[in-house]
Amino acid sequence: MEQKILDIHDLKREFVMGDQTVRALKGITFDIKAGEFVTIMGSSGSGKTTLLNILGCLDKPTDGSYHLDGVDVKSLNRDELAGLRNTKIGFVFQAYNLLPRTSALENVELPLFYNKTISADERKERAIKSLESVKLAERFDHTPSQLSGGQQQRVAIARALVNHPVMILADEATGNLDTRTSYEIMALMQELNAEGKTIVFVTHEPDIAAFSTRTIMLRDGKIQKDSINTNQRSAKEALASLPESDDY
Amino acid sequence: MAITNLLRIAFLALQRNKLRAFLTMLGIIIGVAAVIAMMAIGEGSKQSIRSSLSGMGSNMITIQPQSNEPGGVRLQGSSIQTLKMEDITAIEKLQSKNINGLSPVVSTSGQAIKGAYNWPTTITGVSPDYLNIRQLKLKDGILFSEKDVKSFAKVCILGQTVIDNLFPDGSNPIGQIIRFKSIPFQVIGVLEPKGQSNFGQDQDDIVLAPYTTVQKRITATNYLQSIYASATTEATSDAATTEISDAIRESHRLTSAESDDFQVRTQAELISTISSTSSMLTVLLTVIAGISLFIGGIGIMNIMYVSVTERTREIGLRMSIGALGQDVLMQFLIEAILISITGGIIGVILGVSSAYLISYFLNWPILISESSIVISFIVCAVTGVFFGYYPAKKASNLDPIDALRYE
Repeated sequence: MEQKILDIHDLKREFVMGDQTVRALKGITFDIKAGEFVTIMGSSGSGKTTLLNILGCLDKPTDGSYHLDGVDVKSLNRDELAGLRNTKIGFVFQAYNLLPRTSALENVELPLFYNKTISADERKERAIKSLESVKLAERFDHTPSQLSGGQQQRVAIARALVNHPVMILADEATGNLDTRTSYEIMALMQELNAEGKTIVFVTHEPDIAAFSTRTIMLRDGKIQKDSINTNQRSAKEALASLPESDDY
Repeated sequence: MAITNLLRIAFLALQRNKLRAFLTMLGIIIGVAAVIAMMAIGEGSKQSIRSSLSGMGSNMITIQPQSNEPGGVRLQGSSIQTLKMEDITAIEKLQSKNINGLSPVVSTSGQAIKGAYNWPTTITGVSPDYLNIRQLKLKDGILFSEKDVKSFAKVCILGQTVIDNLFPDGSNPIGQIIRFKSIPFQVIGVLEPKGQSNFGQDQDDIVLAPYTTVQKRITATNYLQSIYASATTEATSDAATTEISDAIRESHRLTSAESDDFQVRTQAELISTISSTSSMLTVLLTVIAGISLFIGGIGIMNIMYVSVTERTREIGLRMSIGALGQDVLMQFLIEAILISITGGIIGVILGVSSAYLISYFLNWPILISESSIVISFIVCAVTGVFFGYYPAKKASNLDPIDALRYE
């Protein structure tokens, strides 16, 4: 488990707005090894979103280097970045971003549509497996409007898993959910992590960060603290300790 | 990305918005249906005019005397006596491949009498070729022969109108004797009815006899009122016209300075004059229908633009999970083409069936040409590409970061 999935060195990102240059990231260096569960924390304006966009290969750094699974992201063009996102990254968004009026199965299949090497049969098979791994096997044909928030997020996680990515990149994935459902999602994340998935979780909630193995704190475009979480909390136990609610 | 994947993605996207897809299609459906129905009606009327004209013999060439203004006085054609049997001989001598029928025409009107019945009609003296030239057919009996022509035989062939009036009891006229201007003629044949001509003439009010008989026994003249010929095909009728003109000029000994004292006309000229009118009608109808197709195209563009804006987040998502700009472009383009082609297919079906309904209920002649279907279909696909391209391009140029966070 010593393989570096992410290797970032002196990463800088500047935005030119009129005659002003906004320095969102001012030189960040860290790496993430396979099997880690990292949370990236920071208040708004800390450069969290900018870092997330770069980690997700949606944006490119102005300066410094970023290697994802051995690939130098900086040298890639727009289409090559899209290919990298398709095969190496599984996105989970705060707003789920599922296609409306489309079944859970078809939503999960979506990334594979953009992968030429996968046949229609394999696509379906992998989507079913993926849905099974998030425990939504009975809801293949449900559309997002027929699913609860937590279930929708689990469909989104299944969609992130379907391409067998090297890294799951979650952006405030629990931001729209209540505590119980958040914990359920985190329990799922921990399970996936235990199976060997590398997870990068961007959040601003400290209690969510407690479930990870490592926390990177950002502040004003720099790393304020990068600490190994020696006392990882189990989401399953946290879930059990929550008071029973009547309405679920 | 594989085309089947793209098709499936576009199809699923349309399926999510069935009603809107259908409403967008409606513009195309109506446009295509209108083009096809209008062209069917326009072409149908053109065809019906054409076929009734060629029913009179589309290869027919008529040669009529015409004044070449001797002394500056123009005379009426029928009073000019310049066409003679020598002209026929001159044309026959050409042995032209372009001409396959030739008949002199000598006619005079008078009263046909059979027993207690009589009927004012016209007797036309012709050669046996005349029936082919005019596309007349015998319903019963036989045609007079060259021998009958040589011997001034008193035989005749009657049209249906004459028969109805001379034999009202329905008895078989074949073998009976009728009188025309007190000359007895034996009826040897009956023509198939042809009905009215385009100009309202009764084409069945006709008595045909050998031209020699009419010349010698009735009119006592040696000139011809006109000469009818037929070209082998419609295409050779121009060549035939020139040959006939030259032959008659020679036989009339006209110098190159003198103008023709006769006139050669082909049926093709008449057809082209009349069908150009109805062509104009077709063009007009098609243009109107084409405009509605164009408006249908604008409808597609409108909806696709709305769709791109509305689905900005979806586009962002697709890009974040690996869709290339080109994939997004193709998806929206294929959506537009699917809409227009499906609309096109429905439009063709609707257009063809409404054309048939029109012909059934209004009894209008229609002609659905394959070309009208093919053309409107191609126009449809082109419309889809043309009006779908800009919205699709806009979608593919979106930045995934902005698109994902679009509210």
